[in-house]
Amino acid sequence: MEDTMIKEQSRMLNIEKIRKDFPILETTVYGHPLVYLDNAATTQKPLAVLKAMNEYYTTINSNVHRGVHYLSQRATEACEGARARVAEFIGARHVHEIIFTRGTTESINLVASSFGKKFLKAGDSVLVSGMEHHSNIVPWQMICEEKGATLKVIPIDENGELVLDGLDALLKSGVKLVAFNYVSNALGTINPAKEIIAAAHRQGIPVLLDAAQAVQHLELDVQDLDVDFLAFSSHKLYGPTGVGILYGKEEWLNQLPPYQGGGEMIKTVTFEKTTYNDLPYKFEAGTPDMAGMIGLGAAIDYVQGLGIHNIHQAENKLMEYALGVLGGIDRFRLIGSREHRAGVISFLVGDIHPFDLGEILDKQGIAVRTGHHCAQPVMDRYCIPGTVRASLALYNTPAEMDRLAAGIRKAVKLFG
Amino acid sequence: MSIQESQDEIIADFELFGEDWDEKYSYIIDLGKKLPPMEEQYKTDDNLIKGCQSRVWMHPEYKDGRITFTADSDAAITKGLVAMVIGILSGHTPKEIVDADIYFIDAIGLRSHLASTRANGLLSMLKQIKLYALAFQAKSLQS
Repeated sequence: MEDTMIKEQSRMLNIEKIRKDFPILETTVYGHPLVYLDNAATTQKPLAVLKAMNEYYTTINSNVHRGVHYLSQRATEACEGARARVAEFIGARHVHEIIFTRGTTESINLVASSFGKKFLKAGDSVLVSGMEHHSNIVPWQMICEEKGATLKVIPIDENGELVLDGLDALLKSGVKLVAFNYVSNALGTINPAKEIIAAAHRQGIPVLLDAAQAVQHLELDVQDLDVDFLAFSSHKLYGPTGVGILYGKEEWLNQLPPYQGGGEMIKTVTFEKTTYNDLPYKFEAGTPDMAGMIGLGAAIDYVQGLGIHNIHQAENKLMEYALGVLGGIDRFRLIGSREHRAGVISFLVGDIHPFDLGEILDKQGIAVRTGHHCAQPVMDRYCIPGTVRASLALYNTPAEMDRLAAGIRKAVKLFG
Repeated sequence: MSIQESQDEIIADFELFGEDWDEKYSYIIDLGKKLPPMEEQYKTDDNLIKGCQSRVWMHPEYKDGRITFTADSDAAITKGLVAMVIGILSGHTPKEIVDADIYFIDAIGLRSHLASTRANGLLSMLKQIKLYALAFQAKSLQS
C-alpha cells in the first residue's frame, strides 16, 4: 500500500525532491529524524523564500513608495510585484484589492473595526460559525460590544460540519455581515463556502472568508467564490511570518474607513483635515514588512510552480493514507468528518490526554499540536478538553504517517 | 523521610534509567497510577492550579502541625509529576515546606526532558504548595 502511494504521488509531485527545498526537514529530534506535522500552526519555508528575502536585504533594501532614488524604486517594484502575484494567485479582479497586513488576525480585525464602525449599529448582528478560530470570534465580539450588536452562530453537528438548515432564518435576523472559515483549523472540515456566500448575498449581506487553512491546500478563486472579503497568512503558505493578506472587493474597500492612521495611507495632511490615499494604501499605514511581502511573493511562486491542484491531489491521497493507518489503531477517534476535509487530522486515542500523547510523540521526533487549537467552542461542542492535531503539508510522506501511527502505538503501550 | 531524603531517593531511581526516556516516563506514569484518589468534592475550580495545559487539582489539609496534600489530574504524565511532588512534600510542617530547597527537578534532568509547558506547570504546582505552606505558617503563628 505504502509503496503504491509513494509511486502515485511521485508521478505528480516528487516529494523527496521537494523535501530538499526545506532544509529544516533534515533536523534530528532526540535522535530521530523530524516528522513535522504542525503545519496548520505554521509551515516550513523553502530555500527560494529565504533566498528572496535575503536578496531583498542584500541588494535593494529601502523604504517603499517614498523615495525618488534607485533603491526605493526597486524595492517598490518588488513589493508591488508581490502584491500582483497575490492578486493573480487568488483570482482578484484588481491588484489594489490586495491589502498587506500582519496576518489573518489583523486582516479580520481590520474588517471588524472598519466595517463595524460604518455599518454596525445597536440591534444588528454578525454571524460566525461554531467552528471558528478565536481570531474570527473575538474581533467581532469586540466590535459588537462597542456597537450594542450581537454575535450569532451557525451551529455544527457531531460530524464537525455546519448545520445550514436554519441559515436563511439566521441571515434574516438582522445580520450585517457573515464571517466563517473555509477550512477549520481544529477539525479540517472544508465548509461549503460558495453555498453560504450565495445564501448571504441573496439577503444582500457581505461575507468575510477566513482562508488561513485553505489557501495552502485548495484551489481558490475569489471571483468564483464571489466573496467580499478574504483573509489569509503568508506563514501558513510556506512564506515568512508577519505578513498577511486582506482581499476585499473594490466597492467594499472603498466604502470602509481607514483602520489605522499614519504614513502612506494619506493624500494630504493639514491640522484641520486629512484626506486619505487610494486603495490599497488607505489601509496600509506605516512602513510595511517589505522583506515579508517579497518572501510571500516567492512562496506563491514556489507553490504555483508545483501547482496548487497537484498539491491538493497529493495531500488528499496522503490524508486518505493517514486516516487508513491511524484508523487501524485501537480506540482511535477522529474528531470531525471523514469527508470534506483538508490539512488537519484532529484525534484522540482512548482516554489518553492529548497533552500526554503529544509529549510522547515529541520524544519520538514527531511534532504535533495538542490542546484546543484556539477553537475552544469546538472542543466544548464535543465535550473534550482538546485534541491531538496532526496537520499535513506538501512535503509530508506516507512513511511519516507510518511513523505517526507507530508513535501513537508506543504511547498507548506506555499509558497502558 | 525528610524532604531531602525523598528527593535523593527519586534522583537515585532516575540514575538507574540512564538516557532511556521510556523508562523515565513509565516510572512517572506509574507514580500517577499509585496516587491515592482525590475526593470528588475537592475537584473544584478553586483547587485548580493555574498554568497547566492539563487540569490539576490540589487540596491541602492542615492537621497536627503538618500539611497533607491530595491531588489529581486528567493527564497521566501530569498526574505522575503531581504524585512525585506530593510524595516529597506532603506530611511535612509548613516551615519545612517553605524552607525546602527543591533540587530534584534539575537533578533528574526533567527540565530538559519535559516540554517547556510541562516544566512550567510543574513549577506552578511547587509554587502553589509553597503558598499553601506560607498561609498555614502565618495562621499557626497567629494562633
